[in-house]
Amino acid sequence: MFPDALQFHIASYIDNFVKWLQISYGATFDAFSNFLLTILLGIQNALLLIPWWVWVVVVTGLAWWQSRKIFTALVLGGLMMLVGVFELWVPAIETLAIVITSVIISLVIGIPVGVAMAEWDRLSVVITPLLDAMQTMPSFVYLIPALMLFGLGKVPAVIATVIYAVPPVIRLTDLGIRQVSATVQEAARAFGATRWQMLKEVRLPLAMPSILAGVNQTTMMALAMVVVASMIGARGLGERVLLSLNRIAIGNGFEAGFAIVALAIIIDRLTQGVARRWQPPQTN
Amino acid sequence: MVKDNKPLLEVRNLWKVFGVNEENIDLNDLAALEQLEANGAVVAVRNVSFRVKRGEVFVIMGLSGSGKSTLIRCLLRLIEPTSGQVIVDGEDVTAMDEKQLIQFRRNKVAMVFQHYGLLPHRNVLENVAFGLKLRGVSREEREERALKAIEQVGLKGWEKYYPGSLSGGMQQRVGIARALVQDPDILLMDEPFSSLDPLIRREMQDELLKLQESVKKTIIFVTHDLNEALRLGDRMAVMREGVFVQVGKPQDIIIKPADEYVRRFVQDERRMALVAAGNRKALP
Ligand SMILES: Nc1ncnc2c1ncn2[C@@H]1O[C@H](COP(=O)(O)OP(=O)(O)OP(=O)(O)O)[C@@H](O)[C@H]1O
Ligand SMILES: [Mg+2]
Repeated sequence: MFPDALQFHIASYIDNFVKWLQISYGATFDAFSNFLLTILLGIQNALLLIPWWVWVVVVTGLAWWQSRKIFTALVLGGLMMLVGVFELWVPAIETLAIVITSVIISLVIGIPVGVAMAEWDRLSVVITPLLDAMQTMPSFVYLIPALMLFGLGKVPAVIATVIYAVPPVIRLTDLGIRQVSATVQEAARAFGATRWQMLKEVRLPLAMPSILAGVNQTTMMALAMVVVASMIGARGLGERVLLSLNRIAIGNGFEAGFAIVALAIIIDRLTQGVARRWQPPQTN
Repeated sequence: MVKDNKPLLEVRNLWKVFGVNEENIDLNDLAALEQLEANGAVVAVRNVSFRVKRGEVFVIMGLSGSGKSTLIRCLLRLIEPTSGQVIVDGEDVTAMDEKQLIQFRRNKVAMVFQHYGLLPHRNVLENVAFGLKLRGVSREEREERALKAIEQVGLKGWEKYYPGSLSGGMQQRVGIARALVQDPDILLMDEPFSSLDPLIRREMQDELLKLQESVKKTIIFVTHDLNEALRLGDRMAVMREGVFVQVGKPQDIIIKPADEYVRRFVQDERRMALVAAGNRKALP
């Protein structure tokens, strides 16, 4: 066995630190937490207000608009419908609300950070290893800091999801901007573009396909994480899976798992379609 | 001030050294310069001076790697010269701060690039109006002016097409229109026709000549094609390894090449000129 003399715990120090944080900044955390929760519930209630058949029609319509394929459109609409058939409509909407909130926050943070990384090389030297670390760590790890600061519930779920899902959009924004043709940028510079004009008129629009690919990946990762985050009290489909696991209710677990996959496919298809539509046109 | 006696563009002792810490170079110290080159520095432009009058077409010709592109980019500081002065219309471009430089690029010069440098996500009209947009010209006015320029280069009816759907020759017409619409004092052209088919190249040269009759711009034209130089240039400079080895009227350069390099360059033309003069015996 490991010698007693060498054993040492930092757990109590961490607990104390967190306690200190909560005492000193408790009001700030609470305000932040309430703010997030308000947004989240607002989104959730709005989503729940929409009748189920509107959802099915909208999903089918969007899928058709993007793919121009009847089959794809019907399959996606059918998947949406099945979620309701399995009596998982409300948990699916709850999950969706957390995903949407997390994705919005991820984009609000991620796109500017990605732009800044592309503009300032030094920043990218600092942030790149951070992103590498974030992506190699197992997703469970992110539950801990979120839990420490915000306890159980939907808010820490959103925080953990944002931490887990934000790297792809940062990376792909940075990458997309760096890949913008040097010839085009030189031409813009020759015509007197300021740094801001260069970003707005040339770099961002030309990086858009890459940025949207990042949005797609971020969304998919958010969905994956929301399922994991059910362990710290995010309700929704993940919770259903978790409950089924605990009760060894294989059938129920399958249904909930199926609903997650259905959401994933729908979200993936729809966001990918948007990305494709943004490619610079080759013909008129 | 009598403007006509003053050159519109004057370049004084321009140097560009790539790949060294620029502050610490003593360009007068030949031995030190050689040492730097041995260590991998490239002297792309070596003490070049010349003057160009208003309305003149000045051609810079030289083999690949002779420093033509570097030189023409130094004129609007797309590449920062290591030392020397560029004076346009009495103003020292090399002494300008960032703001003045942007104004200079917006109002005094316009450049046409070998690989066009068009914005792939903007149609022909928007591409041509790009420089005016950077200047802050109102939409109405810039479209009106862009339409005129598009007509000048023979692209009427193609306004709504995207660069990706145009042939190389047409893309370069857009590039030329984009420069003309700026109504610049000086038009800089870096091998604008080099990536076009020989037939189209010839056609574009003819059109440029015709255009020049009406717009009477001062043009700095870079090429590695002697024929092109002879057809377009009022005066030309032959460049080798960063040095202007000869500057003069094209005919004079053909008849009296300054050294072996220039002689080899103009050999074929020389032969033809002499044959035409019925002076076969003078051939080498
Ligand atoms: N950014 C750079 N860093 C280092 N060396 C460079 C750089 N740009 C150009 N050079 C070097 O400077 C020299 C002149 O290059 P430049 O592109 O001006 O030649 P050029 O006459 O335009 O040739 P081409 O006909 O191929 O376009 C070359 O030896 C090139 O390798
Ligand atoms: Mg060149």
